[in-house]
Amino acid sequence: MAVPLAIRLRGVVKRFGPIMAVDHLDLDVHEGTCVGLLGPNGAGKSTTMKMLTAQAIPDEGELEVLGYELPGESKPARAEMGVVPQLDNLDTTLTVEQNLRVFTYLYRVPRGERREAIERALELANLYDRRDTRADKLSGGMRRRLLIARALVHQPRLVLLDEPTVGLDPQVRQELWALIDKLRSEGTSILMSTHYIEEAERLADTVMIMSHGRAVASGRPSELIAEHAGREAIEVYGPPARLREVEAGAREGGMSTRRTGTSVAILRLEDASNGGAPEGHRRAANLEDVFVLLTGEDIA
Amino acid sequence: MSAAAAPVRRRRLGRLERPALAGVLVREVINFSSYWRSVTFSSTVEPTIYLLAFGFGFGALVSEVAGYDYIEFVGTGTVATAVLFASVFSAMFGTFVKREFQRTYDAILAAPVDAEELVTAEALWIAIRASVYGCAPLLVAMVFGLDPSWGMLVVPLINFVTGFGWAAAGVLISALMKSIDNFSYVTSTLITPMFLVAGTFFPLSELPQWAQTLGWFNPLHHCVELVRHAAFGFEGWVDLAHLGVLLAFGVLMWRLSIWATGRRLVD
Repeated sequence: MAVPLAIRLRGVVKRFGPIMAVDHLDLDVHEGTCVGLLGPNGAGKSTTMKMLTAQAIPDEGELEVLGYELPGESKPARAEMGVVPQLDNLDTTLTVEQNLRVFTYLYRVPRGERREAIERALELANLYDRRDTRADKLSGGMRRRLLIARALVHQPRLVLLDEPTVGLDPQVRQELWALIDKLRSEGTSILMSTHYIEEAERLADTVMIMSHGRAVASGRPSELIAEHAGREAIEVYGPPARLREVEAGAREGGMSTRRTGTSVAILRLEDASNGGAPEGHRRAANLEDVFVLLTGEDIA
Repeated sequence: MSAAAAPVRRRRLGRLERPALAGVLVREVINFSSYWRSVTFSSTVEPTIYLLAFGFGFGALVSEVAGYDYIEFVGTGTVATAVLFASVFSAMFGTFVKREFQRTYDAILAAPVDAEELVTAEALWIAIRASVYGCAPLLVAMVFGLDPSWGMLVVPLINFVTGFGWAAAGVLISALMKSIDNFSYVTSTLITPMFLVAGTFFPLSELPQWAQTLGWFNPLHHCVELVRHAAFGFEGWVDLAHLGVLLAFGVLMWRLSIWATGRRLVD
C-alpha cells in the first residue's frame, strides 16, 4: 500500500524579480518520514519552506500539504503543521510558558487541553525547569528548543524545520538532533532544510540536494553516495601544480574529482580504468562529495 | 512521553475566528503587563499637559468659547487627542517593530492565523486601551469644574470607535513605510495638523470656510464633537452623522490595513 504524502510539490516556481528562487521543483515527503533539503545559502530552501506555509505564493506549480491544496487551503494545513523558523522570532519579553500559551490559542488547542499541551511541550523540549524564565534570558540552545516546543504544542502531523541548528555549538546541535530524531521515530513527518551535511546524513530518510532553486538529486544518503561518489575516495594534498596534475590524471583514468580547499579528492575509485590511483589518504565517500560533484560548489 | 500526531480529521477554518483573535490578544495582554506603567504614563500625562496648558494658559485670556467655559471646552476636546496619541502612534511603531525587527508576525502567520485576524486583533487591543486612556482628560477636567453627566458614560464607546479607526490607520501607515524614519513625514504632514485642527483647542467655526470643510474630513473633529455633545447634550441626527463618519473611517482603515499588511508579510 502506497504511503500517503505529507507534502507534494509539482513544478513549483517562485521568482523575485529577475531571480528564479525556486525553479520547477518537485518534492515528495511521505508521511512518517524525514526529508532533508540540502543546499548552500540561496539554493531556495527557505523560499520553499515559506511557500509551504503560504507566506510566499508560488508563481507556478502545485502544492499540497497534508491533503490540503495551497495556497487556498493553507490555513487548515497550518493548523496541522508546526514550523521551526531559521530566524529566532520568540517573544523575548514573555516567559517560556507564556510563549507556549499564546500558541496554544493560535493553534486552536481546545481550552481544556491547553495546560496538558504546555506541560507536554515543556517536557519534550526539556524546559520544564525554565518555564518561568523570560525568553531573552535563555541560552541559544534553549531558545532553539523553545522554538521546537512551540511548533509541537498542538501535536502536528508535519513539522517544518528551517536550518534548525544553524549557529549553535556542536554540543547543543547534538541535543537538538536527538530531539528531532525522537520526533521522527514517533511517526511525525518532517521536512528539514539544512546546509550541514552531517545533519542531513544523520536525520534524513531521504535527502534532496538543491542548487540555484533546482533539485539536482534526491534519494537516501547511502544511495546518493553510492550512485555519484562511489565507495571510497583518496585525498591528495600538495601544491597547486601537483593538484592539477593529479586531477588531470584521475580524469584520464575515468575517475571523478573534487577540490576540498587544500586537497583534491579522487572519487569513484572503482571506475579507475588504468588500475591505479595516486597515493593519498583513503576515506569513505560522503554526502559532501556528492554535493560538490552535482552542484560544483562547496557547502557554505 | 509521546509527541505522536493527533488523529487525522479534515479541518474547516473560517474568517475572523475567535481563537485566532484571542491568541493575538492574549499575547498583547501578557506583554502589556511588562510595560503598562510607561504606556499609561505617556498616554494620560501628555494629553493632560495639553489640557492644563491650554486650559489655564488660554483660559486666563478667554473665559468662554462657543458657549462653554474654556476649561470645559478644552477638557472635552483633549479626549480626542488622548485617543489619537494612544492609538495611532502605538499602532505605527508597535506593528513595525513586531513585523520588521522581532519577526513576531512571521511566527503568528506560520500558525493558522491570517493577516485579517492579526490586524483586527491588534486594532481591537489598541482601541480598548485608547477607550480607557481617552477618559483621562475628562476626569482631570472634572477636577477643575466640568460637571459630570450621564451622557459621558458613552465616551469610552466613542473613544473605542475612534481608536479602532486610528489604530488601523497606524497599522496601514506602518505597512506602507519602508523605514521607521519615514514615520516622521506622516506625523508632521498628517497627524499633527489633524490633531491641531479638530476643534480641540478652538472651534473650527473661527477658521476660513475651506478649513471648516476640511474639518469634516478629519475623523478627530467628529470624535471631539461627539464627546462634547455626550458631556453637554446630544444633538440628534448631527451626532448620528458624526458617528457614521467615525464608523466609515474605521471600516475603511481596517480593510486597507489588512490589505497592506498582507502584501508586506506575504511574498
